[in-house]
Amino acid sequence: MAQIFHRSANTLSRVTIFGAVFIVAFVLWVIGGIVRSPLATDQGIEREQPVPFSHQHHVAGLGIDCRYCHTSVERSSFAGIPPTQTCMNCHSQIWTSADMLGPVRASFATGKPLEWSRVHRLPDFVHFNHSIHVYKGIGCASCHGRIDKMALTYQAAPLTMAWCLDCHRNPEKYVRPRNQVFNMAYVPVNQAKLGPELVREYQVQKLTSCSTCHY
Amino acid sequence: MKELTLNDFRKRAEGGGLYRSLDELARDDDFIAAVEREFPQQALPLERGVDRRDFVKLMSSSLALAGLAACNRPAEKIVPYVSQPESLIPGRPLYFATALALGGVGAGVLVESHMGRPTKIEGNPDHPSSLGGSDAMMQAAILGLYDPDRAQVVRHLGEIATWSAFLAALQPVLKDAKSNGAGLRLLTQTITSPTLGAQIQQLLAAYPGMEWHQWEAVSRDNVREGLRMAFGGYTNAVYHFDKANVVVSLDSDFLAAGPGHLRYARDFTSRRKVRHGQTASMNRLYSFDCGASSTGSLADHRWPVRPSEIEGLARALPAAIMKDLEANRGASIVIAGDDQPPIVHTVVMALNQALGNIGSTITITDPVEVAPVNQLESLRQLVTDINAGAVKALVMLGGNPVYDAPADFNFHHALTKVPFRAQLSPYYDETSMLVHWHVPEVHALEGWSDVRGHDGTISIVQPLIAPLYNGRSPHEVVGAMIGGLDQSPYDSVRAYWFAKGANEQSWRKWLHDGQIAGSALPARQVAIAPLPPAGEGPRSGGEGLQLHIRPDPNIHDGRFANNGWLQELPKPQTKICWENVALISPKTANDIGYDDEKRSALVNERSTVRADVTYRGRKVRLPLWVMPGHPDGVLTVYLGYGRTYGGKVATPEVGVNIYPVRFSDAMSGGAGAEIALVGGEDAYPVACTQEHQSINPKDMYGQEREIIRAGTFAEYQRDPHLGHKEHHGDESMYPPHVYKNHAWAMVIDTSVCTGCNGCVIACQAENNIAIVGKTEVHRERELHWLRIDRYFRGEPSNPEVFHQPVPCMQCENAPCEPVCPVEATSHSDDGLNDMTYNRCVGTRYCSNNCPYKVRRFNFFHYADYDTPALKPMRNPDVTIRTRGVMEKCTYCVQRVNEAKIEAEKRGGNQRVRDGEVTTACAQACPTEAIVFGDMNDKTSRVAALKGEPAHYALLAELNTRPRTTYLGTIRNPNPEIKGTS
Amino acid sequence: MAEVEDKLVHEVRPTTQEMRIPARFIPSPTVEPGHTFASVTDHISSIVLRKRMPLLWTITFAVSAMLVMVLTGTIGWLLLKGVGIWGINHPVGWGFDILNFVWWIGIGHAGTLISAILLLLRQEWRTSINRFAEAMTLFAVASAGLYPALHTGRPWYDFWLFPYPNTMSLWPQFRSPLMWDVFAVSTYATVSMMFWYVGLIPDLATLRDRANNKLAQLVYGALSMGWRGSAKHWYRYETAYLLLAGLSTPLVLSVHTIVSFDFAVSQLPGWHSTFFPPYFVAGAVYAGFAMVLTLAIPARKIFKLQDFITMKHLENMGKVMLATGMIVFYAYLMEAFFAYYSGNSLEKYMYLNRINGPYRAMFYALIICNGLAPQLMWVKRFRTSPVMLFITAMFVNVGMWLERFVIIPTSLHRDFLPSSWGMYHGTKWDWSMYVGSIGLFLFLLCLFIRYLPMISIFEMRTLLPEAQSHAAEAHE
Repeated sequence: MAQIFHRSANTLSRVTIFGAVFIVAFVLWVIGGIVRSPLATDQGIEREQPVPFSHQHHVAGLGIDCRYCHTSVERSSFAGIPPTQTCMNCHSQIWTSADMLGPVRASFATGKPLEWSRVHRLPDFVHFNHSIHVYKGIGCASCHGRIDKMALTYQAAPLTMAWCLDCHRNPEKYVRPRNQVFNMAYVPVNQAKLGPELVREYQVQKLTSCSTCHY
Repeated sequence: MKELTLNDFRKRAEGGGLYRSLDELARDDDFIAAVEREFPQQALPLERGVDRRDFVKLMSSSLALAGLAACNRPAEKIVPYVSQPESLIPGRPLYFATALALGGVGAGVLVESHMGRPTKIEGNPDHPSSLGGSDAMMQAAILGLYDPDRAQVVRHLGEIATWSAFLAALQPVLKDAKSNGAGLRLLTQTITSPTLGAQIQQLLAAYPGMEWHQWEAVSRDNVREGLRMAFGGYTNAVYHFDKANVVVSLDSDFLAAGPGHLRYARDFTSRRKVRHGQTASMNRLYSFDCGASSTGSLADHRWPVRPSEIEGLARALPAAIMKDLEANRGASIVIAGDDQPPIVHTVVMALNQALGNIGSTITITDPVEVAPVNQLESLRQLVTDINAGAVKALVMLGGNPVYDAPADFNFHHALTKVPFRAQLSPYYDETSMLVHWHVPEVHALEGWSDVRGHDGTISIVQPLIAPLYNGRSPHEVVGAMIGGLDQSPYDSVRAYWFAKGANEQSWRKWLHDGQIAGSALPARQVAIAPLPPAGEGPRSGGEGLQLHIRPDPNIHDGRFANNGWLQELPKPQTKICWENVALISPKTANDIGYDDEKRSALVNERSTVRADVTYRGRKVRLPLWVMPGHPDGVLTVYLGYGRTYGGKVATPEVGVNIYPVRFSDAMSGGAGAEIALVGGEDAYPVACTQEHQSINPKDMYGQEREIIRAGTFAEYQRDPHLGHKEHHGDESMYPPHVYKNHAWAMVIDTSVCTGCNGCVIACQAENNIAIVGKTEVHRERELHWLRIDRYFRGEPSNPEVFHQPVPCMQCENAPCEPVCPVEATSHSDDGLNDMTYNRCVGTRYCSNNCPYKVRRFNFFHYADYDTPALKPMRNPDVTIRTRGVMEKCTYCVQRVNEAKIEAEKRGGNQRVRDGEVTTACAQACPTEAIVFGDMNDKTSRVAALKGEPAHYALLAELNTRPRTTYLGTIRNPNPEIKGTS
Repeated sequence: MAEVEDKLVHEVRPTTQEMRIPARFIPSPTVEPGHTFASVTDHISSIVLRKRMPLLWTITFAVSAMLVMVLTGTIGWLLLKGVGIWGINHPVGWGFDILNFVWWIGIGHAGTLISAILLLLRQEWRTSINRFAEAMTLFAVASAGLYPALHTGRPWYDFWLFPYPNTMSLWPQFRSPLMWDVFAVSTYATVSMMFWYVGLIPDLATLRDRANNKLAQLVYGALSMGWRGSAKHWYRYETAYLLLAGLSTPLVLSVHTIVSFDFAVSQLPGWHSTFFPPYFVAGAVYAGFAMVLTLAIPARKIFKLQDFITMKHLENMGKVMLATGMIVFYAYLMEAFFAYYSGNSLEKYMYLNRINGPYRAMFYALIICNGLAPQLMWVKRFRTSPVMLFITAMFVNVGMWLERFVIIPTSLHRDFLPSSWGMYHGTKWDWSMYVGSIGLFLFLLCLFIRYLPMISIFEMRTLLPEAQSHAAEAHE
């Protein structure tokens, strides 16, 4: 009786059997990569804004303090997006006719607010409080990156839960002196030594209870 | 299809002879079609079988919500202010003091506002009528404010019109009234607002022939008239329960209803919080209860009596009670219920006078109403005049008389005879269907006004938000009728008080305090009039089955019928929601053939039979509900249901309308009702959240579960532990938790819980808890995080009642935690059982393993994501749960976290101090039965209460080590009286 | 060769049944006498390779296919609306979902038990029913698997139950019995699958060789993985098979032990009990054998397998049912005893509620089905009557379902605080899901019967005298 299969079928079958394992592993690996990539986290993506506002220019260039615009960052969970009024404080004096600032002037004239595109977006079930992080000596740059180097603002960190927990589990790696919180260019001299000291001094707790953020 | 106008409608009304409701009139396709054409929102109630979820979807599309489009900003956009208000810090709430009124009498509140959106109401601790407490209706006012079913536009014959058009239409009427005077009538509800009062007086002056009528379905006519007979002239009685050692309640529910009940509850229970080592004696409450009242459930001695027996009792109280009263002259109170006829109040006041209570525990002041009248007579007069054709124009400020006027007045019939009829009301309701002009009324949180408290204290009512739905305030309407320049309510109120000598500084202070300090009415000297002889009185005929009509504990006279929170709230005593039933005693049930066998089969299924109740030839079909401790031969029914118009929650067919059997000479029912079981009908489902009621050992198959710990004051002094043995054995396989920082805990004093439900709605408002509708409640899927368990002990004829609020116990050895496969529920550093909604996959194992069954599961997508109107109402600090997720009480962890953060920011390792944070339920509780705090802080109130001897944990033998614990119920019966009945 | 085979198809040697010899005069053998290698092979493989199937098969197949549609419809609606379409509520968080899961898993026990444990115990009568039982096991586990996967509120997040490195740097709760279930059941499913497949290989080869169309040859060929039946093959085969048998033996016990932990580990009266594992395992075997009987008795009639599935098999299974049935019944009595002897009022109430509560009917039905019905098996006449066996087996199938009902909803609906007591009723969706899963089970079974030998051909051969004589020669 004639053979049903060619000899090569043997190899083929062996390859499939062993291959299956690796194929599955590979697929999982790819998925794992995607959920950590900007595709899922929006990390490093610049967004279209009504006005191409440049932190680089205002912070690095003009040396304006974060709190001049983000007024409630030390008092409230929400850092605060400046009202048009704040822009106009200066721009009623300078660049009064710049086309770029047209929407700002329009907003101020009509009383219709500017609609900025949100860059840092946490899910609704996560509650984040700026003021306490600032108070405990976590620098703006620790999460927002070198804003002062961003012509257009983008999200510097992945903002995944693992990323949050990295700091919540070992704050000493990131805590900095209070007076350096708003200093974009701050570089720790000896974090290994300074960190634990600050953690003690500021009573920084390792808050990893679920209800710290989720409620 | 032919156009159908209001005139056709009126013809049908007149031609059709007798008809029961507008619905009956509307049983006509082209009429329905016409209405649907006119009012798209009304289309739903008219057609049948729409459940809550469906119309919620509909609401999202209805034009009603267009106005709020600005409030739901796209998720990916941030919209800052153009110029930011000074006081406002984004992300931090602000609090404003104002007042909410029910039946005209106000109580001070503080309203939490997030970015200009009021989200939560709390009692105002400085206000004498509230002292920081709040009840379910006050808490639910937030939902009332955003309710998308509220009337949104001025309507003329149902068609959209404008305010100016209304004013224009008003002019000829007013001109006419000015020329020949008579014919113009004003119908209002009870008014205590000095400003509005003054405006109305001005109006009356402007139109000499004009008359002012007042009508409120649940009025205090009996009290008013009773006091008038006693003291000659209208007065107001203010009680001081904190000074009373002995209280006798004759069918009065002073702890849960009526002006000042929050204050009264606080004062009364302040004498019942028995603490270790405290020597002060405990007060004593005798209650003669005609229905199932909260006051009765708290009483030391309770007797169920027929309403008609009260007068007799008032004239001759049992000897033992008289003895007790005599022993406490000047330190006792006898109080009669609002439903009792005037004569009872007169007699009771005479008794108080004789006992020397008046002046000590009872203060008599001038009335709080600007113009007290007998409202029933006032309305009767109006109807008579209309029928006599003497009324040319009728302007109604608030109220819904077509729905709630006495049946024999036939008000809707009369109303259609008035040539010009205008109504100002929050909903487009039964009355609105019959008026020419309907003007939407502002919500109390939307407009300026002022109001008096139960003792006359005046609060300025300030708006939290501009009118959402183009509402107008009574001040505006009256102002417009007076004529002259169009004055805003703000100007009216301000002008009035500045004329009264206020200045900018005092005005600001009043607004800040939420009251005008020292504006309480002064005590006045009164002489008691001679007592009229016994015998007469409308309810002498005490034979046969008595119909006993009461305002609903949740939706009052029906004005809150469209409030989903109040509709779904289990009624304090019956635990029934979403409808009204006929309450009868077990004996009566057997007498009418609804015997125990029939019942036991149904009780497990939360079902019952229905019966036709016939009273004076009018028939209503009601579900029967057997209420232990209910007086025999009495049939208690609640008003406010069976609405035909006025919102998608209130209609259609939510409960039964009782007004058709409410007659002007028997406003709270009377003898001679007949009842017949409806045959050949299968079990009628009732949305009752707790069908198992008794904790009698025999009903538990001989098992004593030690759920309730109770004893008498005497027993307590002998054995403060109330004969309760502590359970030992804290072994656990797992290492014990250590709580270095805080250890949040709660103690609930069951002695002083009236079951008023304030905490339940407070929790619902604070935590964005969804409502699920009657069907789902009947399937035992209600979502309330905090429930109030109600148990009976003793003979069903007159058992002891216990209220036990049950939030999450936050166990230290929590059964729920280890069984969750994804760690969605876990133990926090402070000892809370965290519930992480976004991690939950919904295996429901935690709920199965929870001995207290306090976990709540979203079997469907209950939360309303769609309705734009409701989005600004939600508490931004709490996640809105989705389908398939478990949820439960969190000890308001959002408040706890906020407090911890603020404390830390004070610097120097600051801990949260006692009293800096409390849960929504504890804050709302009028009697401070719920105390929340940090157990690790030895100086905290909660730590002290944990040391009380009467302190115990629920199901302690399971070694769950709950953080929520209880104080045993202590009662103070009179040793000279054996048994409670 | 092919034409020879065509001649032999349908042609079965006369059997005792046809010769009308009373059964009691002949010792009941595991295979009727007069068979040769060829006849066995022919008969069994013919069922697969023949063109037409008996009418009954077709009907069963059609019906089960419809039920599968019902199942898919139900699942669709479930995913659309949520678990609220079921009858579950606040006291009763688990209803038909977990109930049916446990029921199916229980049924899924007989297969591996018969194949593995009886193999190790050298019970040669297992041979003719093991293949069948294993298949049944697989399909039962498949039906069971539906429930835990779909009973969650958000099934699309079920993968959170697996421990895998994630962006939340979060692990599942390893203390949770549900967690253990995931491993227990999935392991069991995998091993039974391999066990079954390995056992099939020689027969697949046989089919490959006897198949007379190209497609069949290709498919069976691929599946038989180049089996040539060389001594080397046989040697490896035997080793692998024994290995798997050893591997799956503990699994038989572990799976239902762990399933029982879902209840035993919680602290609910009626669940919280130390003797659940043995109780559940016994119940599982009980249910499993009942189901094998339920399926084997009609099958042997329809496909004329009386020669291979003889009275001896049926009788033995009847005995096993009797034995395990007694264990289960003992467990019921013990529960009552614990309730009384523990002195724990809640335990006491739990049992009183079973016998006197709203669901007492369920309890009494359970006693009748699981406690009394199997007692018939004491009588040889019933034990050896296919009809009686079938009826008893049906009773047991129902009884085991009732047992889970009594354990799950009846314990939940009245737990600690009377205030939160409630009632539970399955909705139409509960039922459609249940019936649907039965449909799925039968559907797969029909396919199996159609395309694979339901009796292990080569193992049957070993039972024949010829095989014995070969062995004898070998020994000389």
